[in-house]
Amino acid sequence: MEWRERRRCGASCLCPLPVSGINFRLVETLKLELKGITKSFGSLVANDHIDLVVEPGEIHSLLGENGAGKSTLMNVLYGLYEPTSGEILVDGKPVRFAGPGDAMAAGIGMVHQHFMLVPVFTVAENVALGRESTGFAGILDLEQTRTKIREISAEYGFNVDPDAVVEDLPVGVQQRVEIIKALVRDAHVLILDEPTAVLTPQETDELMNIMRQLKAGGTSIVFISHKLREVKAISDRITVIRRGKVVGSAEPSASTTDLASMMVGRSVSLSLDKAPAQPGAEIFRVRNLTVMSDVGTRLLDDVSFSVATGEILAVAGVQGNGQTELTEAVLGLHKHVRGSVTLDGHELVGRSVRQVLDAGVGFVPEDRTADGLVGSFSIAENLVLDLYGKKEFSRGSMMNRSAIAEHAARKVEEFDVRTPSARAAADTLSGGNQQKVVLARELSRPLKLFIASQPTRGVDVGSIEFLHKRIVAERDKGTPVIIVSTELDEVLELADRIAVLYAGRLMGIVPGKSSRDLLGLMMAGLTAEEATVQLSTIPTSEGEPS
Amino acid sequence: MSTVISTKSSADNTALRDQLAVRSWKVPIVFAALAVFAVVVFAVFGPEGHATFRLSQEQDAWQLPDLVLPAKASGIVAALACVVLALMSYLQTKAVGRTARWVSSSFTVVFVAGFLIWIIGGTKTQNITLVGLFTGAMLIVTPLVFGSLSGVLCERSGVVNIAIEGQLLAGAFTAALVGSITGNAFAGLFAAAVAGLLVGFLLAAFSIKYLVNQIIVGVVLNVLVAGLTGFLFEKIMKIKVAGATIYNQPPHLPDLPIPVLSEIPIIGPTFFRQSVLGYLMLVLVAGIWFALFRTRWGLRIRAVGEHPQAADTMGINVNRTRFLNVLAGGAVAGVGGAYFTLVAVSSFSKDMTGGLGFIALAALIFGRWNPIGAFLAALLFGVAGNLKSILQLAVTPVDGQFLAMLPYALTILAVAGLVGKSRAPAASGIPYVKG
Ligand SMILES: Nc1ncnc2c1ncn2[C@@H]1O[C@H](COP(=O)(O)OP(=O)(O)OP(=O)(O)O)[C@@H](O)[C@H]1O
Ligand SMILES: [Mg+2]
Repeated sequence: MEWRERRRCGASCLCPLPVSGINFRLVETLKLELKGITKSFGSLVANDHIDLVVEPGEIHSLLGENGAGKSTLMNVLYGLYEPTSGEILVDGKPVRFAGPGDAMAAGIGMVHQHFMLVPVFTVAENVALGRESTGFAGILDLEQTRTKIREISAEYGFNVDPDAVVEDLPVGVQQRVEIIKALVRDAHVLILDEPTAVLTPQETDELMNIMRQLKAGGTSIVFISHKLREVKAISDRITVIRRGKVVGSAEPSASTTDLASMMVGRSVSLSLDKAPAQPGAEIFRVRNLTVMSDVGTRLLDDVSFSVATGEILAVAGVQGNGQTELTEAVLGLHKHVRGSVTLDGHELVGRSVRQVLDAGVGFVPEDRTADGLVGSFSIAENLVLDLYGKKEFSRGSMMNRSAIAEHAARKVEEFDVRTPSARAAADTLSGGNQQKVVLARELSRPLKLFIASQPTRGVDVGSIEFLHKRIVAERDKGTPVIIVSTELDEVLELADRIAVLYAGRLMGIVPGKSSRDLLGLMMAGLTAEEATVQLSTIPTSEGEPS
Repeated sequence: MSTVISTKSSADNTALRDQLAVRSWKVPIVFAALAVFAVVVFAVFGPEGHATFRLSQEQDAWQLPDLVLPAKASGIVAALACVVLALMSYLQTKAVGRTARWVSSSFTVVFVAGFLIWIIGGTKTQNITLVGLFTGAMLIVTPLVFGSLSGVLCERSGVVNIAIEGQLLAGAFTAALVGSITGNAFAGLFAAAVAGLLVGFLLAAFSIKYLVNQIIVGVVLNVLVAGLTGFLFEKIMKIKVAGATIYNQPPHLPDLPIPVLSEIPIIGPTFFRQSVLGYLMLVLVAGIWFALFRTRWGLRIRAVGEHPQAADTMGINVNRTRFLNVLAGGAVAGVGGAYFTLVAVSSFSKDMTGGLGFIALAALIFGRWNPIGAFLAALLFGVAGNLKSILQLAVTPVDGQFLAMLPYALTILAVAGLVGKSRAPAASGIPYVKG
């Protein structure tokens, strides 16, 4: 084993923080090798003879399409899945992990795509779990854990309260709790599986800084993300996986298009060519919409706008500024709603969710696992979840099995859902493929309005291209489309007009080709006019590195 | 009211949405209805007589004077208190989304007191021994508490235990049989624990190892145990030797009054003049509570019951933890079953647990999956159940059969979630399969 000094910020460190004091800590570094790892689920080979080397202190990114086998590989490495064949070497010595306990003991920590935190426990309880310090007769002593959490929090600027209950924390903070869990267990290799999918751009920047600090301290990181810009910014090396096999490695300096085509195996156009919108009648109108919380705060404050047929309105803003309430209010999911929402002249406020959906509203919820899919149902059943009553899928009051299966086969093909069979349960799908199923369902019936929250969260670049095309096609059919996204790239890509929400209020609606700076100022609470004035007086750098 | 949320408040935002989800008008509505009932029945039509509560028994060292209350005046006071508390419940629900615990508990206590006064005041005898009410209740409370503790152990680790009834019955039968054969009550007690554990083993094996639906396994086990004990009762326990059923004459577990403590009025006779089992119950309630919420063992169990994947990724063996807990729960319920044949009555009879295992399940929910909560709920059910047997002796304004319904009515209210946000362990009832 090689011993290195762990310093807060060495000369080679990219972290922007000043070198503050000397904070020597001896940390072991560790070299990790995967040799010929194969993992099959029944007939499906998720990992096919994968070789991977993670050098000490490097940030190694894994790129690959949805269902390529990245999470599976990481679960094998973390001892959650037993590989069908192949071996793992730590510092050149072969090891066998019977469970995550062994992997942790070997110095491997993992932050899962879906967090592994007990929601009703406090931060300290979650961190201590499995490695509790105890006094007499097994009585818990959380004081040591609290101290550790405070130490790590201070070292990395986490600002995490050990006694907060996890379910009350925002996702960004929950993720830090996951990282603390790994660090407390002396992880020398940290696996981050799509850590940025659920983060706001600000939180993503903070996470990148944390990763740089960890690297400076000698921790190696395996990083998985579908956002090529992040991968290029942070990685030392990139390995690309396609359909379970390693197809090569790339330098972070490689161009985004090259990386994308390497992943997908064909050339991907990263920018969407869409014809200019042909807006027709404004059939969807929101007038003075206000959503109140129980205690009387306004989550959405007097918002008015309209969307015409054949146009895409994107709603931008930092998460938690009323976007969720806006979609919930339209769908009839919120209780305290004032104002009016009309579709084709029919009032939607006060209707049940069923009535709203029957009025022709297609909806992609923010959280696909909680609201979009029934995990234990098959893909085919999920694809007809809100259509099963329709006559083509039913025989009297029975389900028409063969029609449903046929429908599923077509949609799986069309949306490129990677699965061995449409009869598989939805929760065996990889994250991005679950998202595709939700979109496939919502886009397969005649719609009068299409609303999607974070439509491409966790989806690979190739599929994003396809899904974006489908959304534009829906627009061109003459459906008004509303996209709610915290991803500025996506907003700029799709929008014909952009509405910005801040603190529940509408800051203005600007054209789809507006500058990032303008949107940034509006997202920080300036109205469109104020932001325009400010931009014309103080010249700011136009165009960010992309 | 025009406060605007700030950007940093995505956390506050989710918290707000949570509140929205749990806000419920059930409690104020039910309280209001009960308050109206109280005003009409306790106050307006309150009996004119006096209600006398005897607080001491003859053998007590310190004799407390009888509590004599004018029924109508007390009824008016109780009814008014009910109205005020119902109003508070309404205001609290409006302001913060739910009724404070102390308001719900005060309402329950005041209403029950008013109800008692009304009944006693209206009878011919017009007096009741409170001590008798409580000591008699312990006959129901003790097995109920053991049953709910079994439920706590199983459900906190993620397995639904519908088989409590079967475990109690198995315990009762085995204690009677082994006690009779060995002539030793403690041998019977031990055998009862083993019998309960065996039923627990079947539940664990089928639901954890073979992933059979836990509810179905539980129901089947109940039927199985009822059938088996019924069969053996006919075949073995009815055998008479020299005119006596020698296999159904278990010895009694002696009462062991605790000096000093047993002399405290009301509390003493209720809790401190019991057999070993009564004290074991108190120790287990406190012990399991402490173990669940203060020890490493408890933290792991709760993690397994709430989020098994998370526990697994932290190196905890989910299914083994569950298996052991279901075994422990079975043993606890088995011991509770022994109470029927070693303490309450001194022989086994067919189906003698009479559905108490299901009431134990309700006490578990009423007590929010917390040992102490379950204990208090069991006390409530026990007192309500015993009330009817006491009042049957007197001529009351209410039919005895109606009172007999009371514990079950409470059960339905409990299960309907009147107790506010009673959240089951998130993974309870869901088998854990590793990928
Ligand atoms: N438990 C399981 N049972 C059956 N099949 C599975 C299971 N887990 C994963 N798979 C399948 O293995 C393949 C690889 O999935 P994996 O989750 O590793 O993909 P991924 O690369 O992480 O994709 P994403 O980027 O969408 O998260 C998929 O086809 C998936 O359907
Ligand atoms: Mg994945």
